[in-house]
Amino acid sequence: MNTKEPKVEGRLQALLAEFDSVGALVTAAERVRDAGYTRWDTHSPFPVHGIDQAMGVRRTRLPWLVFIFGLIGCATGLLLQWWTNATGALDFGWLPTFLQGYDFLISGKPRFSLPANIPVIFEVTVLFAALATFLGMLAMNSLPWHHNRLFGSARFKRVTADRFFVCIDAADPKFDAQGTAQLLAALGPTHVEPLADLPSPARWPHGLVVAGMVIASLALLPPLFAAKARLSKSPLPRIQPIQDMGNQERYKTQQANFAFADTRAMRPQVPGTIARGDPLDDPHFYEGKVDGQWVKTFPPQVQVTQSSVRRGQQRFNIYCSPCHGLGGAGDGIVSARALRLDTPGWVQPTALVGDLVRDRENGNIFNTITHGLRTMPPYGDQIPPADRWAIIAYIRALQLSQSVQRADVPRDQWPEER
Amino acid sequence: MASTVGEIDNTLDIPGQRAPLVLGGHDFTSVTDTVSAVWEARRPPRAWYIAFAIAVTLLAVLGAMIGYLVFNGVGVWGLNIPNGWGFDITNFVFWVGIGHAGTLISAILFLFRQKWRTGINRFAEAMTIFAVMCAGMFPAIHVGRIWLLYWVFPIPNQMAMWPNFRSPLLWDVFAVSTYMLVSLLFWYTGMIPDLATFRDRATSKWKYYVYGLLALGWTGSSRHWHRFERAYLILAALATPLVLSVHSVVSFDFAVSQLPGWHTTIFPPYFVAGAIFGGFAMVLTLAIPARSLFGLKALITPRHIDNMCKVLLLTGLMVAYAYGMEFFTSWYSGNPHESFISRARALGPYAWAYWTMIACNVVIPQLLWFRRVRTNAWGAFAVAMAVNVGMWFERFVIIVTSLSQDFLPSSWGIFIPTWVDLLTLAGSFGLFFTLFLLFCRYLPLVAMAEVKTVMPQATLTHAATPHPHEHVPSKRAFDYNPDEYEAHKRKKP
Repeated sequence: MNTKEPKVEGRLQALLAEFDSVGALVTAAERVRDAGYTRWDTHSPFPVHGIDQAMGVRRTRLPWLVFIFGLIGCATGLLLQWWTNATGALDFGWLPTFLQGYDFLISGKPRFSLPANIPVIFEVTVLFAALATFLGMLAMNSLPWHHNRLFGSARFKRVTADRFFVCIDAADPKFDAQGTAQLLAALGPTHVEPLADLPSPARWPHGLVVAGMVIASLALLPPLFAAKARLSKSPLPRIQPIQDMGNQERYKTQQANFAFADTRAMRPQVPGTIARGDPLDDPHFYEGKVDGQWVKTFPPQVQVTQSSVRRGQQRFNIYCSPCHGLGGAGDGIVSARALRLDTPGWVQPTALVGDLVRDRENGNIFNTITHGLRTMPPYGDQIPPADRWAIIAYIRALQLSQSVQRADVPRDQWPEER
Repeated sequence: MASTVGEIDNTLDIPGQRAPLVLGGHDFTSVTDTVSAVWEARRPPRAWYIAFAIAVTLLAVLGAMIGYLVFNGVGVWGLNIPNGWGFDITNFVFWVGIGHAGTLISAILFLFRQKWRTGINRFAEAMTIFAVMCAGMFPAIHVGRIWLLYWVFPIPNQMAMWPNFRSPLLWDVFAVSTYMLVSLLFWYTGMIPDLATFRDRATSKWKYYVYGLLALGWTGSSRHWHRFERAYLILAALATPLVLSVHSVVSFDFAVSQLPGWHTTIFPPYFVAGAIFGGFAMVLTLAIPARSLFGLKALITPRHIDNMCKVLLLTGLMVAYAYGMEFFTSWYSGNPHESFISRARALGPYAWAYWTMIACNVVIPQLLWFRRVRTNAWGAFAVAMAVNVGMWFERFVIIVTSLSQDFLPSSWGIFIPTWVDLLTLAGSFGLFFTLFLLFCRYLPLVAMAEVKTVMPQATLTHAATPHPHEHVPSKRAFDYNPDEYEAHKRKKP
């Protein structure tokens, strides 16, 4: 073993001693520590237990960093949910719209309920803490570092396999090329070698540099395009890579369609079509009015026959009888139940067979069916006009039936006498 | 002495003696050589090529199926009301569950100081990453318009819309993406020292720079190791509650809804136990062929297989308990819909799926009570394959039986998968195995640095005379000798 002052090309940077067992490394580390060196390190293929005490390494403060970032993550998770789902009452009009929070109302749930927000808070906490652990560990170790004088030593390549090293930096105040080399040699190393500055920093292979630059430049393109699209206006329709519902296979307004004789894709309206809200052209039939007065007759297109009265009876029993009763006396089952339950404010339905309705014009009754009256709801949406007229015919028949004389009924229609 | 370690049976628990976890008389040099040989070999074994060809073919099928789905919409699957979820969510829960065993092995066993994890944790973690990638794909493609997937993240956007944070489906987004990222960090952190080994053994300039980049300039400095070990411990401590939370949140997708058969508080623990059960089965499925194919039998020893089988047996019993408890709660609740769906699972139109699940998850794993099955690689492999099948059917039974027969008989409908469903499932295995086989070939398959720490040469004892202050490597672990163990002797004829 050569214990003279080591010879080295360039300035001496450090002395590197190689050992072949864990025991030799830990023993050597204790001796170097006891000799009072401060700028030195040991290197091993795996974490050696007991080396921290042997070297006098202080416990890392990494857990505190992780704790702080965990708290930041926790607060971020909480504020993110509160901001995005529960801040409708706050006025942040000065913020751009896409950053403003609002009240996210769904299923009648409270806007901000901690139990429902805990899973996301937990995940964000773990995420922040884990990122802080990884990045903090690297930063505290000054990694990544592409160039290191240790990589200049061929023997040092075995540090990741089966060899152990002690490296004392020439910048250490106690460093003395000859004395330090003697100290290391006395520790029973398999080899001691001096480390110098690398003659020139290791160069990256040309291909790798070019590939890296090309990939980095290409990676900039998508965000640039996105930024351009966000900040500029274009008269062109947006590009749709997937032809979704925005562009369906259908005919547009002025296109030709040869499936029809007139080759028009836009079909003409069905005769008699009117726009919603426009006046109807037959006020007698649709409104029960002629010259602004309630009509007493039936409109000409309504023929009062036995079959139309039967139709009216059927509609009446469906729509009217629940309240007005099957006989039109105002005693339907809805009313009966409301009276039995003493429902406050209940008004008994009008008796249709009474004098009030008997004297009322057909047009007025038509209007009541269409639009409702007092507590009676409108039925215009449910009963077509012709059926409303049929119901009126049936109501008239009911009224007649209440004051009928035996002579009014043909002899052959009399019920069998018992 | 070392040569005897190569032949001994290390599956016995001898009181007062620690079983060796590395067989074959290995030292640090030979461990490094053995693991690096997989990467340094000019050509991988023929079986690797065959497996890779099949996996890449299936991956191409997956690509074609996803393309077909995106252009035509989710109608190409067998989904229709009432079965709004089918193979998509079954596969999602299946894959994310498989991922959990990797985290369990790497994080929870690390916290419990289970040293046997070192042989298998690296590829169990790789399995986690690849399984979570397969899992994450299914919710992403099942939304139909995949190009609008960014709506699930709270990104300020032109619509000025935020996601609904009170939905379990959004919790899922946060849980699974956090899990993916943390698993990746954990995997990569543990791999840095081994990537440095590859860098230092690189035979070409390209390999040197690529692995040099990945190794981040690692020098094995003890000061760095100190912070590295702390960081690894913290990551393990973060990953442990994380993995429990992820599968609990996955179970919330079901448990928070009000569908009979889903709306039950047993789901989170039941899902977590099932995930570990299914994941360990997948670790065994990968470990048993890999150790013989790549010559790693000395590092992934019969004791590792035996221990994993024991975990499989335990979690299998937990899952069996949960199956039984579902019947109990549905009966005890007195809710007619709940008891109906329990009966329908066992006796209804999906009874075949239910009984496949029971056979694979409850009956077959009972074979693991026998030492002979646990220590026989083929026996353990067969049981693990059964569990893989059974755990897929478990998710299918949970999802489809509850959906297909809900409250109103008039709205019932049977789910029938289409060819797209079946090929997408097969294709997801293609994605998983393609990534896994690439990992076997190009990354360190076993955590070399960690394996070295559990070898006897890494342990220190104080030397006897003449230098009591010097440290020498321990030889204690070599004291293990099953032939001298009375209990073992008696068993042998």
